[in-house]
Amino acid sequence: MGVQTEVVSATEKRSTLIARLHEVQEREGYLPAVEIAAIAKEMGMSAAQVMGVATFYNHFRLRPPGKHSIKVCDGTACHVKGSNKLLDRIEAELNIQPGESTEDGMFTLHVVACLGACSMAPAMVIDDDVHGRVSPRQLKRILNSYRRRQ
Amino acid sequence: MAVTNTAALAANGQIKSRKLVNITVDGHEYQVGADQTLLEGLREAGIKVPTLCNWQGLHPAGACRVCVVELEGARTLVASCTQPIVDGMVVRTQTPRVRLARKINLELQLANHPEDCFYCQRNNNCELQTLAAEYGVERRYRGKRKQALNDVTSYALMRDPEKCILCQRCVTTCADVQAVACITPLKRGFDTTIGVAFGEGIGDSECVNCGQCTKVCPTGALVERDDLAKVYTALADPTKYVVAQIAPAVRVSLAQEFGMSPGADFTGKLVAGLKLVGFTKVFDTNYAADLTIMEEAAELVGRVKNNGPFPLVTSCCPAWIKFAEQYYPDHLENLSSCKSPQMMMGAVLHSEYAKKTEATRDGTFVVSMMPCTAKKWEMNKVSEGDVDVVLTTRELVRMLKREQINLAELEPVSFDPVFGASTWAPAIFGVSGGVAEAAIRTAYQMVTGEELPVPDFTPVRGLEGVKTTVVDVNGVQLRSAVISGLQNVRDFFAQGGWEDYHFIEVMACPGGCINGGGQPYSEHWPLRRLMESLYGIDKNMSWRRSHENPEIVDLYEQYLGAPNSEKAHHLLHRSYVDRSMDYLPQ
Ligand code: SF4
Ligand code: SF4
Ligand code: SF4
Repeated sequence: MGVQTEVVSATEKRSTLIARLHEVQEREGYLPAVEIAAIAKEMGMSAAQVMGVATFYNHFRLRPPGKHSIKVCDGTACHVKGSNKLLDRIEAELNIQPGESTEDGMFTLHVVACLGACSMAPAMVIDDDVHGRVSPRQLKRILNSYRRRQ
Repeated sequence: MAVTNTAALAANGQIKSRKLVNITVDGHEYQVGADQTLLEGLREAGIKVPTLCNWQGLHPAGACRVCVVELEGARTLVASCTQPIVDGMVVRTQTPRVRLARKINLELQLANHPEDCFYCQRNNNCELQTLAAEYGVERRYRGKRKQALNDVTSYALMRDPEKCILCQRCVTTCADVQAVACITPLKRGFDTTIGVAFGEGIGDSECVNCGQCTKVCPTGALVERDDLAKVYTALADPTKYVVAQIAPAVRVSLAQEFGMSPGADFTGKLVAGLKLVGFTKVFDTNYAADLTIMEEAAELVGRVKNNGPFPLVTSCCPAWIKFAEQYYPDHLENLSSCKSPQMMMGAVLHSEYAKKTEATRDGTFVVSMMPCTAKKWEMNKVSEGDVDVVLTTRELVRMLKREQINLAELEPVSFDPVFGASTWAPAIFGVSGGVAEAAIRTAYQMVTGEELPVPDFTPVRGLEGVKTTVVDVNGVQLRSAVISGLQNVRDFFAQGGWEDYHFIEVMACPGGCINGGGQPYSEHWPLRRLMESLYGIDKNMSWRRSHENPEIVDLYEQYLGAPNSEKAHHLLHRSYVDRSMDYLPQ
């Protein structure tokens, strides 16, 4: 750990680092903390510096994907029908942002372009089930049903 | 070896290359150095330019945009901190357009800042607050404010992310000056926050508690942990015998806080002030520094006799110790086993001193006044009851001001003696090189029975990052090095050759404890004057050798026997642990 003293161009270092992070995420599905520490050591950076880069890009995940994947549609129809509000509620309910997984490892949240369920806008897909016209009340109930399902 | 701290550089009078350029500022001509930023050039010309993110010697971040100026030929205002200076530049720094832009930038900053000044440690001492007043900000913008909990995981520091303006001074200091890099910007855009790799906060990271980051933070976002309440509780408790000890660097750092010229020796005034606050006794940590020197010199002599292990590396700086335990776990045997002076002092006060007074071991309550935030960590994690509270110089000043005690007006009073009649001791421990000088003088005396003939041990004095010297001790060429600033330390150990030294003094803060992380805020800390002041105090002492301090002689004769005796070891020495895995994910 610690900071390397010889001068490597910062941009060069950053692109090597990003490539390494991609590699690990591809293999593991996310960036485990131990791997972050290992990459830091290998690159002569501190773990915090690697974490800074890993959290800067939405693409990188710091937690394993959740058991259930939630895809919120942000196609034109859903957008017009308030998919933003739906997304806000899910974010608040689960305390995560798109691309992240919940602390209990239950859900991963994604925003996707059109799901092709425009008649049910705003729509979301959990695992393979489509849920349309989701109200706040329903949202809680739906999420709970997946929590119970394990 | 680079000196990373430019305050030290400037204090040394070493200024960068002297190629000059001519610039016109607000209608006047100036000649200033080339090869610098416009901001540096303007400052060299004596022109005030505000900034919240630039800091002398740190890589410019260009984040706050408060330093904008009008540059002839440029379409927009330019941030002077990232603009290289060019011959013939025509600059305007005080036009209505410039002032308005600065004001708007400040107002936008404040739109996402809690209005907490009343409850903030930096109230009346905050760069953001000062500039807001200077530019007459108005409440014109409202928007989403970041919300985050305070980070109270550290024994040394506290962080309030809501007050953070993301200037990154702390990040750059931690990475470039101290080579730790445990804090970094995480996430992006509105969600950006300064944080650590794993765990909840700074206390869960490799942070060595040096506090250098708190000295550069322009706001109340990153400050020393405030432990004043514990002192007030103890002072109000009739079963407690509350005593203070004062580190060397503190006494020369107070004058400017009470309107006097920096560097004036406030020792006696501070003793008087602390008596007014209610401390029963006030002791000089120099007494324990002398003890440290006795023990460390005896250790050095022992190693010379046994041919190693070399080098013997000092252990008085707890930030350096944590750094060593984290990054050099294979070389812990090189560390002196001496406790730091504050811990030695606490150990003696809780034991031998308590025995000879009305105080009891448990009733004695030792408050250390230190220039250092790392001593707070040491007290909590290592000291096992030797010390009860550590206050930094900044907290000490707050306490005195709360009590409305103006040190400048007080008549000086002497320290209370620990043993024997009066106290005197070398004062130079507060500055980089002081410990090495005293230890080598004493070791020389232990080996040869004579005093080191060099009158003033100049080779290791001064503020450079690394200094070396050779002393002939009975035919042994004793090589010593003195290093301060952890980036310098890392470079020194990385370049090899460190095994050839016999004695190495390390202090984590660039320049030593006078530049400690708990010292008063100032971008232009008068290091050189403070250092001269410490050496000056030393010169005024009738004696300057730890081994001749009668109080020290007394302690050994009456209680400890000899340096490094079993009893001395029990009371004054410690061990180390490998922390290289402590902050890694499992
Ligand atoms: S950081 Fe400065 S402006 Fe912010 S609350 Fe504290 S004193 Fe006020
Ligand atoms: S106290 Fe020192 S090590 Fe800790 S975050 Fe601040 S600069 Fe870094
Ligand atoms: S904590 Fe202070 S020094 Fe660090 S980025 Fe925030 S405001 Fe700047």
